[in-house]
Amino acid sequence: MRPVPAWSVAAALLLLAGLVAGCVSAPSPHRVELRIHYSHFEPNVVTVPRGVAVTFVIVNDDPIDHEWLVGDAAFHERHRHGKEAHHGARPDEVSVDALTTVETTLTFAEPGTLQYICHLPGHEAYGMVGTLTIT
Amino acid sequence: MRRLAAPLTALAFTLVLAAPTLACGGLIGPNGAVNLLRTTTLAGYHDGVEHYVTAFEFAGGGGAFGSITPLPGVPSSVVRGGDWTLQRLVRETDPQPVFLEAAGADAARAVVLQQVRIDALDITILKGGGAEIGVWAREHGFSLPPDAPEVLDFYANRSPIFMAAYFDADAAAERGQAIGDGTPVHLTIPTDNPWVPLRILALGKSAAETIQADVYLLTDDRPALLPAPGSKLAEGGLRLAHSDFASAGLLADLRSDKGMEWVPASAWLTKVEIDTAAANLRFDLAIDASGAGRPSMRDAGFAPFGPLPAPPSWTPLWVMLLAVSFAIPVGGAWLLAAAARNPGGGGRPPLAG
Repeated sequence: MRPVPAWSVAAALLLLAGLVAGCVSAPSPHRVELRIHYSHFEPNVVTVPRGVAVTFVIVNDDPIDHEWLVGDAAFHERHRHGKEAHHGARPDEVSVDALTTVETTLTFAEPGTLQYICHLPGHEAYGMVGTLTIT
Repeated sequence: MRRLAAPLTALAFTLVLAAPTLACGGLIGPNGAVNLLRTTTLAGYHDGVEHYVTAFEFAGGGGAFGSITPLPGVPSSVVRGGDWTLQRLVRETDPQPVFLEAAGADAARAVVLQQVRIDALDITILKGGGAEIGVWAREHGFSLPPDAPEVLDFYANRSPIFMAAYFDADAAAERGQAIGDGTPVHLTIPTDNPWVPLRILALGKSAAETIQADVYLLTDDRPALLPAPGSKLAEGGLRLAHSDFASAGLLADLRSDKGMEWVPASAWLTKVEIDTAAANLRFDLAIDASGAGRPSMRDAGFAPFGPLPAPPSWTPLWVMLLAVSFAIPVGGAWLLAAAARNPGGGGRPPLAG
């Protein structure tokens, strides 16, 4: 059998490497992954474009329940005194049970700045606050 | 190192009294009316065995309440404690009357090592990482505060043993327990590394909230402590309030209580007062009573430490992908370099024929 030139093997390997790297790390352009660890959001600053659907993937690493509620100051003031034990019916109000991952998709029509906060007792004071900037 | 099992066997005997906060158990499950006044804990160490005596006081109300206590090892027994040990130790250094009623008081699964019912208390000894203990607590009706994930990991990385105490107020009422009645629990824990959990006192507290507790140590000799009371490491939160030989009367009284016959004939009594903001209490109290004067940085929670090593039974997918991602371009680059050195195609020339 005729030997395969080394340069062609190398090129194939480099192409494969590129494919693997692409599969592992390249995120969707409108997909934001948020991690909850030790009762903090990581990252706690996120920027998204207006007018397009953005899917937030929220990974709760903690063995306790959390929430991800995104909105303006009035929205959060209502939720600070809210009685709703579990969220999920609205895409901007999501409960994330212990050691689970949830996805929610939102489209922001206007540019501006919102906050995402966990309103379970004591969690906001502990630092579960993030800033969402819409450009 | 078996620091306290040397020929001059040391005894570390620790009493933690917290007022108005909990003692060495962190609050994990207020549910309705507050009905646990405080947790009082004693930990003794002799011949490689630690003795914990914890009392839970009934304050009325209904529902359930609980606390979680990190332990340095797996208890060999969990039984009802003696009747006056804790009170007698308090009286030794603070002769004023003590009015107890006025004091405030799915990942892998945790392994339940022991379950014991003592009066209205359900005691469960658990083994697991921080997340596993947290999941167990959640599944058993306790609402963990937001700092619990980090605090549980802080302890589980050193000792994956915890005691969860579930106080059933309704059962207490049925038993006729009056407000202020205490239920002592005595744990016998073989261990080489005694330490007093302090950081757990701040569980669920706001950063500015004050933590107050008294820690009593009874050792054969004057113990070395880390952090040393008054030192910079202690953040100004620890004060040495008493340091002297224990009186013969104290030792005799303790020894005469139920389950306390292990108390030796002589000992050194130390009292450390804790009074600091919760944000500052990010350490435990390491004890070296061997005379070597080297309390463990790790036991105090200062030394960096990682999670307990797990036997690698399989390689995670992301590790393999990462390895492939590195190996392929390196191999490709090597082959390209080889090809450049031998543009004819490399390898042996074809045989003539």
